[in-house]
Amino acid sequence: MVDETQKHGNAETPKGADGTECRLSIVGCRTEGSDQAIDIRHSTFDNSSIAAIRRALETVVDPEIPVVNVVEMGMIAGVRMESGMVVIDMTPTFVGCPALDVIRENIRAAVSAVTAAHVTVNVVFDPPWTSDRISETGRQKLKAFGLAPPGERCSGALMQSLERTSCPYCDSTDTDVESLFGPTLCRSIHYCRSCLQSFEHFKAV
Amino acid sequence: MNRFESLDTLTGIAREAAINLLYRLADDELVIGHRNSEWTGHAPILEADIAFSSMAQDEMGHAQAYYTMLQQLGERDPDTLAFGRKPREFRCSSLVCLPKGDWGFSVLRQFLYDAAETVRLAAFVDSSFTPLAQLAGKLRGEEKYHLMHGRNWVLRLGNASDDSHRKMQAALHVAYPHALGLFEPTEYDEPLAQAGISPREEELKRQWESAIAPVLADAGLSMPEGVEPVYGGRVGRHPDALRELLESMQLVYNIDPTAKW
Repeated sequence: MVDETQKHGNAETPKGADGTECRLSIVGCRTEGSDQAIDIRHSTFDNSSIAAIRRALETVVDPEIPVVNVVEMGMIAGVRMESGMVVIDMTPTFVGCPALDVIRENIRAAVSAVTAAHVTVNVVFDPPWTSDRISETGRQKLKAFGLAPPGERCSGALMQSLERTSCPYCDSTDTDVESLFGPTLCRSIHYCRSCLQSFEHFKAV
Repeated sequence: MNRFESLDTLTGIAREAAINLLYRLADDELVIGHRNSEWTGHAPILEADIAFSSMAQDEMGHAQAYYTMLQQLGERDPDTLAFGRKPREFRCSSLVCLPKGDWGFSVLRQFLYDAAETVRLAAFVDSSFTPLAQLAGKLRGEEKYHLMHGRNWVLRLGNASDDSHRKMQAALHVAYPHALGLFEPTEYDEPLAQAGISPREEELKRQWESAIAPVLADAGLSMPEGVEPVYGGRVGRHPDALRELLESMQLVYNIDPTAKW
């Protein structure tokens, strides 16, 4: 379940058709079907603590999207034991997300409940969180929640790609962008011409 | 060239220059973020209101990330930096200080600003200063939506009616000299370039000009000619609009800077 070797980032940056640079290598982490890559330093834990910490992390959700946990969101970048402390690296979804402090505190509390050690949660930008870090399970849960999962980040002309966002209700791609911004920083608003529903989409970033 | 993998590896003039650069970045984000928030509840349509409110939230978050880096470099904490400084201590450009004006001015200013930020963040991805490179990589994903939003509006209003076209052209005449001020050269240009932390302002300006020209042309807007850039912001000389903005933004904090929220 946990792949300690998989790392993100550090790739060449080819240009898309609209001149937007993109980092293609990150795309792999979703399509390869791996569960979320958490860099857990196994040598610093025994197996039962790893399982307990992982279960604890899986109970923490983003309060704005309460159906997907932080592991499925790909927000947990690393877990290690350092000087007797459990150190968790959290890579934020959106830098200005107002839910970050709450999520951070909830992670600390959840993990503290399963370990006697002191727990610290760091905010890191390496690896940078991208929407490709959301696991396949996470994407299915977003869709069931009525939130279209993020599309490709690197499909070249982003606007054209957004105008084909698949409707979470009927799967039609005959859709329109109504607003690039939505009720939370991570969402845009779309309209489905097939089932005549407005729907929200988790932005590809 | 040396890489500065962590904040403590920055020393001497490179450190001083990086601190100055971070103030410029953070203050631009904070001030334009505040200007954006002035549209909350006032924008012409609901989607426009949501867009500017979301961008305000994004820019404030970005400012906080830069201020946090400054704190790690020995400067004061983010709240004190945002709310406890006087106008002359700010290093923002005059472009972000200008009052929000009409809707056309705000979207045009935003487009010019976002295009500059896009150019800058793209360059920072290759910065020798690793924490900045990492943060820039993250911020770019968010900023592309800002730029797309600005570009859509500039194209729409530039081509909509004679009235909207006239207003956009007028806005461009007002904003352009200040937008050039985003690239005000500073005494830190050379140290930053030599350390591989950031390209020279002149180079960034050139990239910005070629990024905005095709969009403004598609919007039917003509580029002002013979324009003198408005400088001074990067050394703390600001239009009076900044003082008024800070008085409003810092009002509550100044009543009791030690209050807990």
